[in-house]
Amino acid sequence: MRYIMLICNDEVAWEKTPDDVKAANSAEYETFMGEMGGRNVLQGGERLRPVADATTVRVRDGKVVTVDGPFAETKEQIGGYFVVDCKDLDEAIEIAGKIPGARDGSIEVRPIWEM
Amino acid sequence: MVATLIGVTRDWDLAEECAQDAFVKALEHWGREGVPRNPGAWLTTTARNRAIDQLRRAAAGATKEREATEGTLAAMEQAEPTSPIDGAPIGDDRLRLMYTCCHPALSVEAQVALTLRTLAGLTTGEIARAFLVPEAAMAQRLVRAKRKIREAGIPYRVPPSDALAERTSAVLGVLYLLFNEGYSASSGALVRHDLCDEAIRLGRLLVQLTNGEREAVGLLSLMLLQHSRRATRLDAAGALVLLEDQDRTAWDRFAIAEGLGLVQSFPAREPAGPYELQAAIAACHAGARTAEATDWPRIAGLYGELARVVPSPVVELNRAVAVAMADGPAVGLRLVERLQETGALAGYHLLPATRADLLRRLDRREEAAEAYREALALAPTPAERDFLTARLDQSLAG
Repeated sequence: MRYIMLICNDEVAWEKTPDDVKAANSAEYETFMGEMGGRNVLQGGERLRPVADATTVRVRDGKVVTVDGPFAETKEQIGGYFVVDCKDLDEAIEIAGKIPGARDGSIEVRPIWEM
Repeated sequence: MVATLIGVTRDWDLAEECAQDAFVKALEHWGREGVPRNPGAWLTTTARNRAIDQLRRAAAGATKEREATEGTLAAMEQAEPTSPIDGAPIGDDRLRLMYTCCHPALSVEAQVALTLRTLAGLTTGEIARAFLVPEAAMAQRLVRAKRKIREAGIPYRVPPSDALAERTSAVLGVLYLLFNEGYSASSGALVRHDLCDEAIRLGRLLVQLTNGEREAVGLLSLMLLQHSRRATRLDAAGALVLLEDQDRTAWDRFAIAEGLGLVQSFPAREPAGPYELQAAIAACHAGARTAEATDWPRIAGLYGELARVVPSPVVELNRAVAVAMADGPAVGLRLVERLQETGALAGYHLLPATRADLLRRLDRREEAAEAYREALALAPTPAERDFLTARLDQSLAG
């Protein structure tokens, strides 16, 4: 089964993080991706620019309405994602628990709606 | 049988439907031909064939789901036909079903409802009545839960050993919640024996299926011992009767004998789990011939151990009560007041009710009356409010 893992963190807190901690965090992500690559479960994943760089687009009455910022103001923001293909929800939960962001934020695990 | 069918089809609705069909066929067929030698196996085989039929039809129609359905069909045809008579394979299915129903990715309400529906075989209407929600809402809850199992890929299996302890405690938690819902229903009638009976039946099944997992045995004995007092917890008018005032001759001797037997089987030298400790406490009460004969110092010690295993303000409150019985109300009151200062139990009626009782026993009547009033404002059930009102009147009259 395929799942997307949405990594939700507090961007503001992240900005205040010292550089050496940020570097250690990046190294942890490298290790995680290496391990998942070895297990052949990782199908993709990206880190996202902060919500300050987001643009929200809606079409209303046939007109494109563009707004600065994310679609909803929340305390935690989606900072990145992985797509994994694994056996079942238990394996997905195990993988999500290994994402470094799970320790200070949260990971939303959603099954992909296969068309 | 439903558990076996879910095991092979992975489709909960299909499994339930085919099981029902098999019973209808059995009524017709057995009426004509007589009951077969192995009725359980006959039913399972009939239901299984019906499921294969349905899946074939689905495979012929849809192309998108074809691959998945054909995979399931292949698995079904390879699977050994299981007989409900010889026990083992069916047992494994029921155990898998228990862990699936109590998967932590489902809400606790959904876990309880699914367990009652698929393992206890209660109808949706019965479950809805037990939890005082409209039948349509309960049906919706069950549909959502089954859909999540299917769509989110919740596995149908006993978890591997590294996750087993944690997941078993989730199953135990659901059974104990079910028992407590029956033991002190959150609203309305104070005791619902049917839910307690179901919880005990499932607890027994879990003990059997896990070959006597320690905490499963602990939970079963705890439930048996608490349930043994069912006939005496309310008087004829439906009012609450305190443990010390209950008619001990009316306690269920068979349940107590079974429960005490299990408690005595606990390995003494290993550190005990929370259910074992609670069962040991219940055993102190059940084993005392009179209220005065209760071994309060031992109960206080067991609560102390329990507080170390699962630190909780409710456990601390119970320990204070036991200490008050063992060492006098003044000592207990100090513990209760310290607990009150933490604010951890704000809004919990048993905190002021306990303080009131200890003040009453110390003959500090005005303070006792004040605490009874506090407890009254918080008590959730009419039976508890009636009890507190009677105590308040006594402390004012004296």
